[in-house]
Amino acid sequence: MNETALVSRPQVTASGLPPAAPKMTIRKLDFYYGKFHALKDVSLDVAERRVTAFIGPSGCGKSTLLRTFNRMYSLYPGQRATGEIRFNGRNVLEARTDLNMLRAKVGMVFQKPTPFPMSIYDNIAFGVRLYESLGQRDMDERVEYALTKAAMWDEAKDKLKQSGMALSGGQQQRLCIARAVAVKPDVLLLDEPTSALDPISTAKIEELIGELKRDYTIAIVTHNMQQAARVSDFTAYMYLGELIEFDATDTIFFKPKRKETEDYITGRFG
Amino acid sequence: MLAPASDAAREGRREEHVNNLYRKRLFVNRFNLVMSLGTMAFGMAFLLWILAVLFYNGFAALSPSLFVQMTPPPGSAGGLANAIFGSVVIVGVATFISTPIGILAGIYLAEYGKGGLIARSTRFINDILLSAPSIVIGLFIYTIYVAKVEHFSGWAGSFALALIAIPVVVRTTENMLQLVPSSLREAAVALGAPMWKVILMVTLRAVRGGVITGVLLAVARISGETAPLLFTALNNQFFTTDMNAPMANLPVVIFQFALSPFQEWQELAWAGALLITLAVLIINILARSVFRQASVR
Repeated sequence: MNETALVSRPQVTASGLPPAAPKMTIRKLDFYYGKFHALKDVSLDVAERRVTAFIGPSGCGKSTLLRTFNRMYSLYPGQRATGEIRFNGRNVLEARTDLNMLRAKVGMVFQKPTPFPMSIYDNIAFGVRLYESLGQRDMDERVEYALTKAAMWDEAKDKLKQSGMALSGGQQQRLCIARAVAVKPDVLLLDEPTSALDPISTAKIEELIGELKRDYTIAIVTHNMQQAARVSDFTAYMYLGELIEFDATDTIFFKPKRKETEDYITGRFG
Repeated sequence: MLAPASDAAREGRREEHVNNLYRKRLFVNRFNLVMSLGTMAFGMAFLLWILAVLFYNGFAALSPSLFVQMTPPPGSAGGLANAIFGSVVIVGVATFISTPIGILAGIYLAEYGKGGLIARSTRFINDILLSAPSIVIGLFIYTIYVAKVEHFSGWAGSFALALIAIPVVVRTTENMLQLVPSSLREAAVALGAPMWKVILMVTLRAVRGGVITGVLLAVARISGETAPLLFTALNNQFFTTDMNAPMANLPVVIFQFALSPFQEWQELAWAGALLITLAVLIINILARSVFRQASVR
């Protein structure tokens, strides 16, 4: 393992957070869509119980990077990754990784809300039932826990038996977050979770992210730089498949070391 | 250079040109509308004509005895009870055989095989089966089953109809599953669900209305098939529940009775034709309402 090359160690942030232990350690990660080289030698740490944001223009590889963390790309033949993503003492890129177990530990919320065609209750219980056999009361409690975590309990408690598809877009997205939280993962990956939502729903979800980081390690991809500035502790700026700069969010937004980062942050990009 | 005065003239010409273009487009629009309305009326006219003749002749022959009496010998009164029962059983068994096979094959094509060699060849063969003349399928079952056991039977009829229904179910199941956005599949996978659970509890569930519709349309399709039953179930003047014996069924009864010179038989044929048409109509309406209900939710 090459610890020194290219890795900017996260420092104490201006907001006074203590340095956090890395939950995921990415080293020399390369990713290919067939022949297209989409991620080039990416190395960084995702800090435990912190929010790490990935920003950059469309096509820079930030979503691709996120999808390597839970091996989502393995669904599609022709996509492959090399390098190392160390998580709980194992390299998740190894062929023998149990993908279902990995994904139970590394949850994901997508850009578009994706409620399952079942009731709100079952939407949340679906993931829990995969790995735990809870009694009715324990399951009820877990559903309440997840919906509370997603700031949805008050809205949803009287209609748990209703279809999840009948909710509004913002509610659906919070249901998806609740669903991901219900299985108690170590890491939550959020892939542009608010880009399909209105400003009020967006604000709710941002608030939620702030709450969730007390228990979960969060990695978020966003197109919205203000959002990255608001919710994250660390920010990675990516461009054309390369990690240009990675540091505490305040540093990235106020004192970026690289000119490319500054140009992008200030809107002089292009 | 032309004088500036020509600017106004040019502008006028341009406007006129635009108006001409617009008028032409309006004309083309109206022309196409009239043509498509005309062709629709042409098609509808024949459909309504068929239905009118069917209802006129069929209703006259409808009576309660249709459902309790057996097909009569020439020259006496009777009903269609044995044929109605036979049709329901033969089509029911065929549906029972073809539904699981068709749905499983459709799942394989949409979720597992995708663009692989096996999937592509299966899809190709399925498309051929889909448009295979049903008489060929009847002859096929005749050769491999009826000729071997040396008697016609209800089973053989069901096998032939199942072979016709399977490709329909395969096709609709695959098409429906392809409509499921990959984001929904990914969302279930992201929770750590194994593939079979993703398919069973999420993707298949998301399109269950469409899949049920496919099965119902297959049932509608096979319930009027005559040719394959001529070579397999044949016919039976009596009521039987024995699937190993020749079995009466509406399409073959209609075929035989309609061609006969006996008036009682011809009337029964009309009644049978009306019954099948109504059954298919009801199945189609049912399929539509199931599909609509499922897609609203």
